[in-house]
Amino acid sequence: MKSLTNRSLQVSNRKMTLMERIYLPAIIGGMFITFKHIFKKKATVKWPDEERSRSEVYRGRHVLKRDEKGAERCTACGLCAVACPAEAITMVSSERKKGEEALYREEKYASVYEINMLRCIFCGLCEEACPKEAIFLTKELMPANYERSNFIYGKDRLVEPTDSRVDVSKRQEPAVVMNKYNDK
Amino acid sequence: MSTLLIIKIVIILVVFGITLLIAMYSTYLERKVAAVMQDRIGPDRAGPWGLLQPLADAGKMFFKEDFIPKQSEKWLFIFGPGIAMFTACMTGAIIPWGGTVTMFGETFNLQIADIDIGILYIMGFVSIGVYGIMIGGWASNNKYSLYGAVRASSQMISYELAMGLAILAVVMTTGSLSLKDIVEAQKGGQWNVFYQPLAFLLFIVCAFAECNRAPFDMAECETELIGGYHTEYSSMKLGFFLFAEYINMFISSAVISVLFFGGYNFPFMYDLGLSANAITFIGVGVFFAKIIFFIFFFMWVRWTLPRFRYDQLMHLGWKSLIPLAILNLMITGGWQIFKDSF
Repeated sequence: MKSLTNRSLQVSNRKMTLMERIYLPAIIGGMFITFKHIFKKKATVKWPDEERSRSEVYRGRHVLKRDEKGAERCTACGLCAVACPAEAITMVSSERKKGEEALYREEKYASVYEINMLRCIFCGLCEEACPKEAIFLTKELMPANYERSNFIYGKDRLVEPTDSRVDVSKRQEPAVVMNKYNDK
Repeated sequence: MSTLLIIKIVIILVVFGITLLIAMYSTYLERKVAAVMQDRIGPDRAGPWGLLQPLADAGKMFFKEDFIPKQSEKWLFIFGPGIAMFTACMTGAIIPWGGTVTMFGETFNLQIADIDIGILYIMGFVSIGVYGIMIGGWASNNKYSLYGAVRASSQMISYELAMGLAILAVVMTTGSLSLKDIVEAQKGGQWNVFYQPLAFLLFIVCAFAECNRAPFDMAECETELIGGYHTEYSSMKLGFFLFAEYINMFISSAVISVLFFGGYNFPFMYDLGLSANAITFIGVGVFFAKIIFFIFFFMWVRWTLPRFRYDQLMHLGWKSLIPLAILNLMITGGWQIFKDSF
């Protein structure tokens, strides 16, 4: 039968020639190959001294964005939790009180917002589902920890601090944003 | 007389120290060689370039739990690594590390003991070394250990034959069993490897097998036998087994250099116009350079070749190496008769 890929090889069980049975030429050839590798560029990245370069749109740990005035964008609609294939997101919604307008952008907000980072698969579907541009994945890596319980990230670690805003513009390519609004 | 005694004691201590030091840094070298051949960097955290790594490893070994299985033969279990380590250290005694030195009004050789059956002494101790592995593996009372031990002993016995026959060719051309005489006969670049290339090839293959090094590491064989004879060992007892292997490698490299590469001889050593002491000390340096090259060679082969299958090992030993060694012996003998009759 004719092969479809041209990649198949004809194998044979022929007897080895004397040269092959002596085995030494093959050994010398192999040792030459390993010797060449001594001078090759090393693949090691000396983490944590060096960091491997990551893409601008790397999907690392999440951030809950605030708007330009510093109010939380999340309105606890729960779409991210529904979209999450790993069921890592849970939240409790609350109503905004009078005088909290500077803290929360809309009348409803998430009083508890937790992501279980051990369940999370960093697929970015929460970000895609979010209608309020509130949750984003960032370039930052998830740090290791000794306790499983420490991997449940609450609002204390998810909401972006007002004094050091997280730049997510690279994950908001105009085409992506347009696409998102066109879908609605 | 007492000066000579003190000098000998100093030589013994220095040789013992150097043996341990080189074995220690062989572990470091092994990891580095493995790393660079696989495009990695290797240990570099402990000290500059990771040079303190062997100390860290030894510290780890000492602080691990020293576990003796309940089902094992307790005393034999302890004796196993002891024998392995003891025999490994003993073989260094007759290696001629350097030529003659005149110092403190005494003229002496840089060698602990120049016994006239030197090479037999080494073969003898290497054979006893099998007992360490055999006893250790058997006393563990574990299938895998026993397998490893049986493999090790049958492998060593098979390869000792070819090794002995290969050495015999060298002994025949030199006419002496003393390592000192064998080295002296190779003065001035007259290295045995040029006259006995086949014997060298056979010897080095057998040396790999005797040291239980890849591609003949059937006794350990991580993938098949977990750890072979040292499966049940932990802490410094395991350390002794591993350390003995590295000492054996060092001694094998020394013996290869002595038998085939002129030991402490180097080309043009008498044309430089140096004093006898200076030549001796350069010779010691050259000898250690040769040894370190062969240690590197051992590692180079280990990280190049895959492990032999057990039947292939036996085929190679009995059907290829021994006939070749006998052939080599016959050719050497024939040449000797031919040479003497003219």
